[in-house]
Amino acid sequence: MAFASALHCRECGREYPIEPNYVCDFCFGPLEVTYDYDAIRKSTSREKISSGPMDMWRYDDFLPVSRENAVNLGTGMTPLLKADNLGKMLGLNNLWLKNDAVNPTYSFKDRVVTVATTKALEFGFKTLACASTGNLAGSVAAHGAKAGMETLVFIPANLEYGKIIGASVYGPTVVTINGSYDDVNRLCSELADNHAWAVVNINMRPYYSEGSKTLAYEVAEQLGWRAPDHVVAPLASGSLFTKIWKGFNEFADIGLIDAVRTTMHGAQAVGCSPIVKAFDSGLMHAKPEVPDTVAKSLGIGNPADAYYVLKILKETGGSAIGVPEDEVGENMILLAETEGIFAETAGGVVISALKRMAKEGRFDPDETVVAYITGNGLKTQEVVASSVHPINIEPNVEAFEEKVLGANSN
Amino acid sequence: MAITVRIPTPLRRITGGQDKVDVDGTDLQGIVDALESAHPGIKERICGEDGQIRHFVNVYVNGEDVRYMDGLGTATKSGDEISIVPAVAGGC
Repeated sequence: MAFASALHCRECGREYPIEPNYVCDFCFGPLEVTYDYDAIRKSTSREKISSGPMDMWRYDDFLPVSRENAVNLGTGMTPLLKADNLGKMLGLNNLWLKNDAVNPTYSFKDRVVTVATTKALEFGFKTLACASTGNLAGSVAAHGAKAGMETLVFIPANLEYGKIIGASVYGPTVVTINGSYDDVNRLCSELADNHAWAVVNINMRPYYSEGSKTLAYEVAEQLGWRAPDHVVAPLASGSLFTKIWKGFNEFADIGLIDAVRTTMHGAQAVGCSPIVKAFDSGLMHAKPEVPDTVAKSLGIGNPADAYYVLKILKETGGSAIGVPEDEVGENMILLAETEGIFAETAGGVVISALKRMAKEGRFDPDETVVAYITGNGLKTQEVVASSVHPINIEPNVEAFEEKVLGANSN
Repeated sequence: MAITVRIPTPLRRITGGQDKVDVDGTDLQGIVDALESAHPGIKERICGEDGQIRHFVNVYVNGEDVRYMDGLGTATKSGDEISIVPAVAGGC
């Protein structure tokens, strides 16, 4: 049972019917799903959620579509791991990693796309499309395949090879564009006006973005029904960040957890850091820039939700951290070596920001800190390729002793 | 010579279909007020109840975003070109 009752404008509050629509006709503000929270309060409980499916659809009371119709590859309920090794290094006794690198297409995007695809079918669309920095393309292609829809994905031409292959393999039409993600997004907005497509992050965006709330619901449930003291998450468009915050607050409003006192921190690589720059200058608007970063999944120079991110940072006393480009790969390796998680570049950005904040004393040692790892390192191998050194030997013991043991004793 | 204001598609219903409107004013506030006199109803689409430019409307004077100049206080002069552009909604 879905409790979504309408769409409303986040800016002026005007209401719109549940349709493929994403922008307010009056003030151009973004539309968001309205729920009947009284009905949700009556329907949901910790017990009901706990006995639900072992994926993100256990929270379907809080999503704009119900799980009976879900196009589901088994997304969500990813591990929340206690990071004792990394925690020790940073002086944090309660550091946790939400590992969304292990979703069906290896990023958090499966959460938003399973919702968008389900809603697209409900609206009667035959074609699924997206503008993507890579992870989204793979997820849309996979869900389109599962749903039996025509699928088109638009990506910047300079993406990592792993992401182009990782999307193409599911059989969509892949269009690579000579330009940045922001160019791709603008083109898709124009195309979406003239084609009967469900573009997941354009005309389906109000529904799509709701999927990211499950990143908060799962963490709250996995921590024993409470919100953490601190969240560290990557910032691209800012949608994920705002929906994590919304998710914790919805759980509190419904009474599933206590009032939220979480401090929200966001991270970008300096090569594309419009939100960090706005935060540092005390502005509420991000000035668009042309991305030039190894963290391509965060390479959005004109972030749609910057204003809302900046508001949350201000409200919660959080911080926006810009991470030097050369620290991204280093911290991907640090995370892999300490916690056994191979994250993509966005994970390197998050760990680097976490380290910087720990050093600055932003956390009390016993506070619960959750860092979100949103994508898989196998897709961005280029960044760490020069740091790995396998030892090649002939198949005999002498060679092993000479080249491996000999090298290790040096 | 007047100041030219470029009107985006969603607001052209108010300007009788015109994509460019010529007005006079010494600052952006004056321009918005002049637009409102000529085409009643346009101001509330550009400015919120607090009188400030709406969050998802971008206004450029000669290609420069007024948020990084003096906002509604940005000076304007004859020959300037002003663009009103709804923010690109959407994206990841």
